[in-house]
Amino acid sequence: MAEALIKFTDVSFSYSADSPQEFEALTGINLEIEAGEFVAVLGHNGSGKSTLAKHINALLVPTAGNVVVAGIDTRDFDRVWEIRQNVGMVFQNPDNQLVATTVEEDVAFGPENLGIPTPEIHRRVDEALELVGMNEFRLRSPHQLSGGQKQRVAIAGMIAMRPRCIVLDEPTAMLDPVGRQEVMDTVLKLNRQEGITIVLITHAMEEAILADRIVVMEEGRVVLTGVPRAVFSQVETLTQLRLDVPQVTALANRLRQRGYDQIPNNILTIEEMVNVLCQLE
Amino acid sequence: MPIRVEGLSYIYNAGQPMEKLALNNVSLAIEDGEFIGLIGHTGSGKSTLVQHFNGLLKPTKGRIYLDGVDIHSKEITLRSVRQQVGMVFQYPEYQLFGETVFEDVAFGPKNMGVPEHQLAERVEWALNLVGLDIGLKDRSPFELSGGQKRKVAIAGVIAMQPRILILDEPTAGLDPKGRDEVLSLVSRLHQEEKTTIILVSHSMEDIARLATRLVVMANGEIVLEGTPEAVFQHADYLERIGLGVPQMKKLLQALQEQGFDVHPDHYTIEAAEGEIVKILETK
Repeated sequence: MAEALIKFTDVSFSYSADSPQEFEALTGINLEIEAGEFVAVLGHNGSGKSTLAKHINALLVPTAGNVVVAGIDTRDFDRVWEIRQNVGMVFQNPDNQLVATTVEEDVAFGPENLGIPTPEIHRRVDEALELVGMNEFRLRSPHQLSGGQKQRVAIAGMIAMRPRCIVLDEPTAMLDPVGRQEVMDTVLKLNRQEGITIVLITHAMEEAILADRIVVMEEGRVVLTGVPRAVFSQVETLTQLRLDVPQVTALANRLRQRGYDQIPNNILTIEEMVNVLCQLE
Repeated sequence: MPIRVEGLSYIYNAGQPMEKLALNNVSLAIEDGEFIGLIGHTGSGKSTLVQHFNGLLKPTKGRIYLDGVDIHSKEITLRSVRQQVGMVFQYPEYQLFGETVFEDVAFGPKNMGVPEHQLAERVEWALNLVGLDIGLKDRSPFELSGGQKRKVAIAGVIAMQPRILILDEPTAGLDPKGRDEVLSLVSRLHQEEKTTIILVSHSMEDIARLATRLVVMANGEIVLEGTPEAVFQHADYLERIGLGVPQMKKLLQALQEQGFDVHPDHYTIEAAEGEIVKILETK
């Protein structure tokens, strides 16, 4: 089997290590993410999700253990730019990520810094804007855009660097329903059509069910991992971790508790629930 | 009637090339003790509307009355309006500034003239209400978690004991635990303190569960108004203007379309469960 694109081996991380404020945010993480995978990371605030994400592009390096991305140990300081070219990050607040006066300049910022020749930059900017559906806005100022559009521009800026993986840390938390849909459609397209590995940190269960695999974190540890259907069938565990489950999944669980065993415990969507009820005799 | 809005229009950048009509002839009355859910897509005018309720924005046209008094008349000061109409903005934790939690929460009541000797009691009351440990009062607010910071910011508004509390997307960016805590706080203020609540939110599930009346905005106008049952009848229209309907309502509607005998006007898990049990019992 090919080496995983991202590999965490016994990773622990402490903020303010060796000081009285020392706080262990990650404890003994072992995790492999394959090229082309779409992984959603769940967990309440303070569970270590964002700390985990920042290890993927070497914004943080482990206190113990190691993280290897595309064959490079993130502690290898001389190759940190190589890692960041391979792993793009998109954050929660769309206003904090855009730097230029027009959309196309913003998207060009990354590749320019990589020292790529101008004609190639043009080509990449065109492609990236096309992919996120923002071509018609290329000459606009980023501050005239909606939240969802800003996030798509931020994503385009990453794509223009041709990363193998994009890590998104709650990219839809500050968006309205339309903006959320736009961003998730873009994320799915990048994954399914372009084969880019996606690590999505989210609280939104309707986003998590789209992933190939879910990783649930609690107190700096990975406590649950599996395909969405398997993870969400554990309604009690998730509730104990104070996470949401999709409402129809919660409903199915309540019906089962009342003794209606004909309802399966792994329903994720409204359509599935309707189908189950239609097929009952 | 505590809040009455009559023929309110508001234009951003009036007279400039970027001029934008944000509110177009809006009229609305809000009774004491109501829990209003205000919904609408981004740019529909929700935030612009609520910023008129405590005089932060001045109407281009139209009037806002608080207990029958025009808030921009000489009969009332804006200070008094803002004491009665509290406002929790989006991401209120960005506005924390105090060196300690106490200082931050005490700022509003102090400015309103609450005497020094009552301040401690008032701060304690507010922190208690938002569910923060009183032991945190001497800590810097900036050392707290995101959810705690948000609660400090809300406590600062509640400490002024407003009769009417406006919250503009108070759960945005919080995790499910933080969201549940903030919503249960709002619900407690409504039920126990009898505060009139105006909640701006994108979550149809939360709004449907909590609000007594919904006000739906699109393109600077109020386009629907009524009980959650009445408003969610218009599912197709809501989706057309970039909003949704609660998941459970969608499920029941889909079941009805398949010929099941269910009542589609429910939007909580508990109510949907009742309807589906009816189906299961006939099988």
